[in-house]
Parts: sequence; structure tokens; C-alpha cells
Amino acid sequence: MPASNSIPLHNGQAVDVEQIPVLKVNAFRNSVIDAVKSGMRIASLFAAPSNHDHLRLFAVLADDNAGSLSVLSSDVADKYPALTPDCTQAHLFEREIAEQWPVVPEGHPWLKPVRFHSPYLAGPDARGRKSEAHAAPSVMDFFKVTGEQVHEVAVGPVHAGIIEPGHFRFQCHGERVLNLEISLGYQYRGIERALLGGPDKRTLHYMQTIAGDTTIGHTTAYCQLAESLSGDTVSPRAQSLRGIAMELERVANHTGDLGALAGDVGYLPTSSFCGRIRGDFLNMTALMCGSRFGRGQVLPGGVGFDMTSEDSDLLAERLARSLKDLTVAADLLWNTPSVLARFEDTGTLQAQVCRELGMVGVPARACGVETDCRFNFPAGIYRFAQIHVSTGNTGDVFARAYVRWLEVQRSIAFIRDQLEALPDGRVRTQTKPLSPHKFGVSLVEGWRGEICHVAMTGPDGSLCHYKIVDPSFHNWTGLAMAMRDQQISDFPLCNKSFNLSYCGHDL
Amino acid sequence: MIKALLARLQQGHRTVRFPKTDPGLPERFRGRPILTDERTMDEKTRDELFGRCPTDALRNDADGLTIDLGRCLFCGQCAGDCSAGAIEFSKDYRLAARSRTDLILRGHEMNLAEALNEKTRSVLGRSLKLRQVCAGGCNACEADTNVLGTVVYDLGRFGVQFVASPRHADGLLITGPVTENMKLALEKTYDAVPDPRIVIAVGACAISGGPYVDLPAVHNGADAVVPVDLYIPGCPPHPLTILDGLLRLLGKIK
Repeated sequence: MPASNSIPLHNGQAVDVEQIPVLKVNAFRNSVIDAVKSGMRIASLFAAPSNHDHLRLFAVLADDNAGSLSVLSSDVADKYPALTPDCTQAHLFEREIAEQWPVVPEGHPWLKPVRFHSPYLAGPDARGRKSEAHAAPSVMDFFKVTGEQVHEVAVGPVHAGIIEPGHFRFQCHGERVLNLEISLGYQYRGIERALLGGPDKRTLHYMQTIAGDTTIGHTTAYCQLAESLSGDTVSPRAQSLRGIAMELERVANHTGDLGALAGDVGYLPTSSFCGRIRGDFLNMTALMCGSRFGRGQVLPGGVGFDMTSEDSDLLAERLARSLKDLTVAADLLWNTPSVLARFEDTGTLQAQVCRELGMVGVPARACGVETDCRFNFPAGIYRFAQIHVSTGNTGDVFARAYVRWLEVQRSIAFIRDQLEALPDGRVRTQTKPLSPHKFGVSLVEGWRGEICHVAMTGPDGSLCHYKIVDPSFHNWTGLAMAMRDQQISDFPLCNKSFNLSYCGHDL
Repeated sequence: MIKALLARLQQGHRTVRFPKTDPGLPERFRGRPILTDERTMDEKTRDELFGRCPTDALRNDADGLTIDLGRCLFCGQCAGDCSAGAIEFSKDYRLAARSRTDLILRGHEMNLAEALNEKTRSVLGRSLKLRQVCAGGCNACEADTNVLGTVVYDLGRFGVQFVASPRHADGLLITGPVTENMKLALEKTYDAVPDPRIVIAVGACAISGGPYVDLPAVHNGADAVVPVDLYIPGCPPHPLTILDGLLRLLGKIK
């Protein structure tokens, strides 16, 4: 069932911008709130300039059970009643809107900056700041707990390891964390703005580096979207090769995470084995396209590199060898009581909280929430080759680790099946220019979870708005919730069990 | 315990014998480009070729075609047929240079990074502690730097180690184009490193801004903020490229 007053879409479909219903703001608000109450998720919520000097709010709602998307919109002036008080999922989206545009979501309980950048338009923004005023990162009022023996711990932006920057502010009572507030934006490069007027020669490179560890995921989301806007089709062989690259990316990152989780509880055998095996998987991606991160593999119209039968035999052989090594390394985790004692009941997240926040990917599935775009919104090769949704039920570090292990095994089985029956044909077709006045949505299950790209084209077919939602955008708040009532010393372990992207969030 | 020992036996010894032997690179790896005489190209082909480069790394001066490895994303868009064979990407992973101008490549030859001077090397040569700062990097350069710590590359055997505090460090390894929001943190981290200190810029972003060059929210690389002693190109550089650069700086590869 699509949300009321909306237009239904399926993943990778584009419609004319005019076909999207424009509602009165109260009707828009009620439709979104009711849809979320009935179990749908906000995949994207953003403001974009419309033709008449107005800002227009767009909501993309995802119905996991029906596999359908609903899009609706509403024109707003300088303020509108915020959705957040009645719909928690909207909280970060509305903060984002208020940071970018001079429009205030009234009644939002927590209207703080998200990325600390200059507002998009000249003139005072939603907070009355001048356009040239650059907000210094993390300069804001943090949530504070006061009381005897309550203390505050501030960590970052520069961290102890080789890791991206972010600021974490803990309110603690002794070792116990009462609240964690996460302040990001250090990685803000301004990708969404830089995409406007494209596609051009840099577009693909922005997509490949939104989050460099998710090159295939984000690039696939973009290509799927561009193909829907131009009406291009992709050959079955290219779809299959994209799927292989996507699952290799998942396997490599999940393997790295299993190793890092082992490292964070001081279990060195699996830590050192997985560090190496992760590299083996990255090298398999390099076997396909020359780059360990899949740069240059996924392109509009298909893929950059075909595979010979020797390549595919070699890949299958290396895959089997690495799976054997990884099985040994992972089984050590599940059979070592000191590891399990640290994984179990640490950083537990309730399914209810997860749903309320609209979380996606591994942390959601680890709570038993069955959401996986490959299954719920299949596109490309996933329409023909289904992968079971891997879930856990305890919502703790253990569940997040074990779901990764289940997914690795299923992804490797998928790649093996694909390699055995690669369709014939070309791997890339000539693409057409994007059609004018279109609105398209593309969802991809990246290794961290749902990646959502939305694009609108102007009268000449160039991109006049582009919205990227990395799974981390949904999930960072989940990490903060998982840390409540935990020992502060468990933060590295909890953080690693989510392993969210900083640059994917900051864009 | 016995299971862990059996697993250790099963996994085997995995450290590469680099730099004694060269570990193989994949067939499609795009390493240092080789430029041949571009005069075979007519003007139209050349303009088209330059137009393909996402970061304007290709230039043409009085002496012919050049490519700036500091800007190059190694995407290969300019190579092969479209350049009438004037540009090819070789499998040579050695790319590190000591100065920005050494990254402007012409023809076949390249001035690879020379070692630190004798005096600095006597202090840092056998034990180099680095603090990594990600200043807007996409986590690809970071990941392939991190990989040097795994058993495959075993960076520790060369006396190089990444440390948690700039106070414990002899230098910085910087990734990312240096976003406006990371500029202050980078400056403060640099100030906290005691002298003598070195700075290594890893990846196209940290050298020139990479794909983000000239965007309003970035500073076009590390040397806009701090002096850089070693540039390691790539998007991202292969772990071997980074390792090769570090070892050249320490005089362990000549």
C-alpha cells in the first residue's frame, strides 16, 4: 500500500517531476507520520528549490513488506510544523534541512547543526546566521548531565587509530555512560552541491569517493539512477558483474570488521587472520578491475571491465581458498568463551528503538528487523538471484558480528553461483543523455545498509537536485542509543560493531 | 588454546618478502603512466583527451605532454586508443616523490623520492613513529594505509609504526583534501608533533585536492596548511606504493 496522497514508485524508476503530488503542508505531514506509524520508513526527506521561488519538501517512504516506494511533496515558506515530534525518524533529516535552507521546522526539539557548513542560500539561514558565517565544527550546546560525580569525556575529531574524524561527547557517571552525543561534519566536502549541473567528467569520481570503502555501493546507486533517468538498459552480463563486485565489497568489509571486533576484545588470532583475508578479497576486486576498491568498475550503461573465463576460474578458486581461511578464523570467535563474554549483552539495541529511528543494514537486522534492499527492493541482478536476509535477535555486539558472518557466507555463495552461470553478451552500452524534468529514486543494499540516491533533472536534463543518504545517516543515532548504560571502555567495541561511515554521513 | 594453535598452522606464513622480491600486482592494475610523443596527435584529439581528465592532470607545454601524478586519479580515461597510444598506464607501482614538481611527469622517467638527509635519518631512520590524520579522506587511502599494519606487509619490521598521539610521533601521514572543518584540527595536530618532524601526503586528495580540487569546502591538499616532505600519489595508492615511498624516505630502498 503506498502512503496516502503519494505516487508509488519502484526502485530504479523515474517519473515526471509534475506527477509527484504537491500537498498542503499539514496533509504532507500527516501522510508521512501515518505511513511511518503503519511500518514504513523514511528513505529520504529533503528540501529543494522549486520553480516558483519556493522550497519544496520531498519525502521518499519505503515499505519493506510491499517492496514499494512512495513519494510526496509540499511547498513551504520560511517555516513549517516539524515532523520530528510525531515521527522520530525525521529528526536528522529536519536538522539537515534547517542547516541547508532558510526554513525552520518549528517544534523540532533538537535543531542543532549536522555538518557545520555555510548555508546554501545568501541571506540569513534558519538560525539567523549570515550566509558567509562558517560554523566551526562541534561548536554548539551539547546535551549535558549535571550532578555530583557526573563527568564529561570529549573524544576526537582526531582519534587514536587510522580512522576518519568525528567528535564524541560522553556524559558519564563513573564508568557508566549516561548519554553519548555524536557531532560530525569534519569530512564535509560539499558533494551534493558539486553534483548540480552534471553529470560531467567528475560526477563518477564523486560517487566513487562519497565513501571510498563503499565505492561499488554508491556508484551502483548512481548508475541505476542515471540509467532510469535516461531510459538506458544494462545487459544481464553487466548486471551480474556488478553484483559480484557488490558482494565482494560486502565480504571484504565484513571480514575486516570481524577482525577488528576481535582486535577490540584483545583476541589477536582472528584479528590478524582477518586483517590479511580482507586484503585477499580486496585483491579479488582488483583482479576484476585493477583497483582494490572497485574504482572504474561500475559505470553508467554497464561495467568498465569484462571477465574472461580464466579470470572467473581464478576468482572462484581464490574465493574458495579465502572462505576456508575465513571459516577457520571466524569459528575461533564463536568457540572462544572470553570473546563471547565480551560480545554478548554489550551495546544492546532494542528492535523498537531501531524501528523508531528508521535504522537500516546490519545493526537493524541484528535486532531482528528484516530489512535488506536486495530482498525488499531488488534491482539489477538481485531480481533474478535472491539472497536470504540474515538476521539476529539479540541486538548486541554478538548479533552484529554474527549477522556479518552469515552475510559473508551467503554473499560468497551468490558470487559462486554468478561465476558458474555468467550470461553472455556485452558489458557496456552507449548511454543516452538524462531526460528533462524527471525525478528518480535508487536504492542499493551497500555493505553498511540501505543507500538511497534521489535525483531531479532540470529543463536541459542536467541534475538540478541530488540527494544522497548513506546508511550511516540513519544509524549514527543508533550507536548513541546502544551506548546508554554501557561502560565507556566498551565504546571502541560498540563503535566497531556498527562501523559507520564519517564521510558517507558528511558528504 | 589448541584450536587457536591449529588455526595458526592452517593460516600459514603470509608476510610478503618485499622489498627483496616484488609481490605480483593484478593484470589490470594502473600504475605509473608512460607518455610517448604526443606530436602524433592532432589538436582535436588532444583537446578531447584533455577534456576527459576529471582533474585536469594532463597539460601541454612547449616541450610536450605532461601528466601531474599529484592530480591523477589513475582512472585510465585518457589511456589507450583515445590518446592514439600516447598515454599508457604501466604496472609500475613506484610513484612517491619528494617535491611537488617531481610529480609532473614527462615521458618515461621520474625522479623517485630520495632519502631524508643524513642528520634527520640518523634520528628517524631506524624508528619512525607516525600519527595519521584523515582530513576529508574517503577512507580508501586510510584503509590501504591501515593494511600496512597487517601480517602481509608487517610495517613494524621496518621500524615504522603508527601511534595514538602526535606527542609520541615523529611526523604526520595526511590523507584527504583538508576540508575547512578539519583545517584547525590538522594544524593543532601538526603543532603537537615535536621537531624534527616530517609530513607525508598520501593520495591525490592530500596532494592536490584530488576529485575535490577547487571545491569551496576544501583546501586542495595538505601543503596548503603544512610543509610536505613526501608525496605518495594514487586514488588510493596501492599499499605497496605507500610502503615503497616510506622505505625510500628512510633510505631503505634506493
